[in-house]
Amino acid sequence: MIVWADEALLLSTRRHGEGDAVLDALTAVHGRVAAVVKGGGGRRRAALQPGADIRLEYRARLEAHLGAARVETARDRAGAVMADAGALAALSSAAALLTTLTPEREPCPELYAATRALFDRLADPGGDNAQGWAAAYARWELGLLSALGYGLDLSACAATGATENLVWVSPRTGRAVSAQAGAPYAERLLALPAFLRDGGLAAPEDVAAALRLTGCFLERIEPRGAPVPAARRRLAARFGVS
Amino acid sequence: MDDGGEIQRLIALMAKLPGLGPRSARRAVLALVRRREALLAPLAEAMATVAERARLCARCGNLDTTEICAICRDPERDDGLICVVEEVGDLWAMERAGAFRGRYHVLGGVLSALDGVGPDDLRIPALAERAATAREVILALNATVDGVTTAHYVADSLAALGVPVTSLAQGVPVGGELDYLDDGTIGAALRARRAL
Repeated sequence: MIVWADEALLLSTRRHGEGDAVLDALTAVHGRVAAVVKGGGGRRRAALQPGADIRLEYRARLEAHLGAARVETARDRAGAVMADAGALAALSSAAALLTTLTPEREPCPELYAATRALFDRLADPGGDNAQGWAAAYARWELGLLSALGYGLDLSACAATGATENLVWVSPRTGRAVSAQAGAPYAERLLALPAFLRDGGLAAPEDVAAALRLTGCFLERIEPRGAPVPAARRRLAARFGVS
Repeated sequence: MDDGGEIQRLIALMAKLPGLGPRSARRAVLALVRRREALLAPLAEAMATVAERARLCARCGNLDTTEICAICRDPERDDGLICVVEEVGDLWAMERAGAFRGRYHVLGGVLSALDGVGPDDLRIPALAERAATAREVILALNATVDGVTTAHYVADSLAALGVPVTSLAQGVPVGGELDYLDDGTIGAALRARRAL
């Protein structure tokens, strides 16, 4: 019998039979797991919305089995995120990308921590920079690519080794290219908005460039032939990225 | 115990209905057979009629036995108000409340990345057509992540028409006690507070 308990971020639930649900969650220690939650498809469904912090007690007879889980919600973020259409789109996109792209039961504590920080940011979308969540989301996608083994190297120019004035990324290698070295190939390179390297605030056009950049590499992952999730495409469309 | 093939088949079919399992289906079938004239025959007749005639309303997507449903045919209802719901069951819930006297529009689902439901799978173009002549569109979709995502998408789709788009309030239910409410509901209720 496999038994463990862990903190997790709820990514999705779908009805299973009349009153039960199958949830997908990114755990702190055990990676992404799916499990049946008894009673999760009925009235308890309200407390099982994507983005919630949950405490999960998992049980399965064999490693290959779909286990059953007892779930306690520690923090529900959906209510706060729903107030902002953009933040809600980002939450849906992040949850869909994790569900689609990350392998099951492979521990990834850094991705868990980054996703939790992103969800906290999305649940507090106000503040000085109303688009701050969008910059945080774009940086999270960079981290996701890295966790999946498709990390971009933005530290130095692939052609000259320069570490300054990096404004492009090669779609072939995923490495940064300086303005000078990339000028002759500008049409074929992807724009690298400064906030992805240096942090700080991002204008909507910078976020659009960042989503174009990460989207180009996300499209290449396509596990089992699955395309980039519709939720991610809808988020990109909010920034004019088709 | 041998009930015979036909009765077993009826039990097996009944057991597939929501809220019924094999045991409760067996009890229901037994009750039907015992009250054959009073219950079983009229039920069979009603089911045969519905099986033959049930269809979705060509205008709003409600379930009825006529091409245009009774709600759409009702001349007393306000044509200027359109209440958008996810499924027919939600329309019936709104009707049970008796608080709305406008027209309905059933989307036929909500956007769902997991289930692969996209905008093309919903009756959004038909809604845009109807909304062009409406005074207000009320989005009565479920307060779930998928439901609210769909509400935002529909509101964006109708923005060009200039028709006011509203959504149902979220907050403390009638008879609800704060101590038992989840954090999200309390937060939504606080944001939607109103002057007394």
